[in-house]
Amino acid sequence: MKILVPVKRVVDYNVKVRIKPDQTGVDLANIKMSMNPFDEIAVEEAVRLKERGKASEVVAVSIGPAQASETIRTALAMGADRGILVKTEGDTEPLAVAKILKAICDEEQPDLVITGKQAIDDDCNQTGQMLAALMDWPQATFAHKLEFTEIGARIEREIDGGLQSVDVRLPAVMTTDLRLNEPRYASLPNIMKAKKKPIAEKTPADYGVDVTPRLKVLKVSEPPKRQAGVKVKSAAELLDRLHDAGVL
Amino acid sequence: MPSLVVAEHDNKSLKDATAKAVTAALQLGEPVHVLVAGHQCDAAADAAARLMGVETVIVADAPLYDRMLAEPVAALILSLADRYDAILAPATTNGKNYLPRVAAKLDVPQISEILKVVSPDTFERPIYAGSAIQTVQAPAGKKVMTVRTTAFKAADRGGAALTVSIVAGPDPGLSTFAGEVLSKSERPELTAAKIVISGGRGLQSGENFRLLERLADKLHAAVGASRAAVDAGFVPNEYQVGQTGKIVAPEVYIAVGISGAIQHLAGMKDSKVIVAINKDEEAPIFQVADYGLVADLFNAIPELEDELSKRGF
Repeated sequence: MKILVPVKRVVDYNVKVRIKPDQTGVDLANIKMSMNPFDEIAVEEAVRLKERGKASEVVAVSIGPAQASETIRTALAMGADRGILVKTEGDTEPLAVAKILKAICDEEQPDLVITGKQAIDDDCNQTGQMLAALMDWPQATFAHKLEFTEIGARIEREIDGGLQSVDVRLPAVMTTDLRLNEPRYASLPNIMKAKKKPIAEKTPADYGVDVTPRLKVLKVSEPPKRQAGVKVKSAAELLDRLHDAGVL
Repeated sequence: MPSLVVAEHDNKSLKDATAKAVTAALQLGEPVHVLVAGHQCDAAADAAARLMGVETVIVADAPLYDRMLAEPVAALILSLADRYDAILAPATTNGKNYLPRVAAKLDVPQISEILKVVSPDTFERPIYAGSAIQTVQAPAGKKVMTVRTTAFKAADRGGAALTVSIVAGPDPGLSTFAGEVLSKSERPELTAAKIVISGGRGLQSGENFRLLERLADKLHAAVGASRAAVDAGFVPNEYQVGQTGKIVAPEVYIAVGISGAIQHLAGMKDSKVIVAINKDEEAPIFQVADYGLVADLFNAIPELEDELSKRGF
């Protein structure tokens, strides 16, 4: 079984982003970038499947700037076998990413695509579902647990009221939620080994995909700020205040 | 052309998220139709028909749509898409599941989690966990978007829409429902409750969440949790409030033993009144709280409970 794992280079989750004064976006200069945390969970799941003998090859793909090769190296250090970097400039919308991934799926013929449920920069939560649609494959989003069955896979999903299990045929697209696993830290020997693993470099044109954004970002601004209120001294005073505010 | 809202429901009842998505759709300035895809979903369809402003309710009632799996529901929406300029769904786990599939097939971008309709083609949406707000303009053509339900008021009841039944589309045969485990609770749902009491790592154990549950029962409140409390295994994931969990905006949000990571604030900062109880007076949660109580929660929560009893709660 071959597994394709799309990974995205994003602002590290610990960084508090600053909005550019001209409101054209967030300031990315000299900011720590990392692999999208949900994609790390995807890499971990794929690597575990390989370690358990279920998967034969794990291919990490990233669509982004030249530095996204570092994100692919991280995946390789965690245990992926090889990488594909599709170089783009500026933001690439989920639909364009899904189209590139479709072309890669047509070429690579994976049995399963595992990726994060959303990227923590644009918070779109679209790419996996869009890829599944373009491939006419089943999808299992927000995965909590994966096991293989005779017909394909049974995937337990995080839904609003609890957990839902779906049976899907393979090939399929699965997107990860938080509790699927805890990603490992790559060991130093594995980081060294990853440097020798191959990364193929491509462009969207190689796949015939137009990545021009369709949505026009008019501005990026600060959300309305809440003001800190008052400190109360006791439970009784708290209830008095809530009563006075008319909410209790 | 009218706008289509895909209803969130459990066949027996219509979720409030639908009424909120209808409000967003009405702001586009076109007639609003609601699609109820389900199985034995008459009650949900009737409730949709009573939402003010809804012109037509389209009902697709078939076993295929019982659990709203993404593949058949997306195929059904696509079969209707020619008649609509805009297709909206609430940003629930269902809406987020099927709607990008529709957008991809229509070859249009999806606009996720709109917070505000600026004009019929321009919308505000949160990025970076709500640390920034992006204003985006959609190109000419069909618009596909999910609606952040806490950002819109629910459409009022009292309407009388026309109801039309349609035959089910084909089964794409890609996936089948294999079971579900829903958390059972007598308390209101997190996203619908007027009061939410959430616990964080400060609770120290799952056992200690009983303290919050007792308080919640007195106040008819829902119980939530921070991601830290979920990660520590105190409570199941469906309790999680935050960027990666549920987004809530109740009348009163009481954060107990929660430090206030950006991730958590993203899920609750639109609450009307925020109360924070934390023994660390430097905790960032106090910067967004209307009322802060610096105290050990293991003293403060029983005190609150006693005080509520005294006042007849």
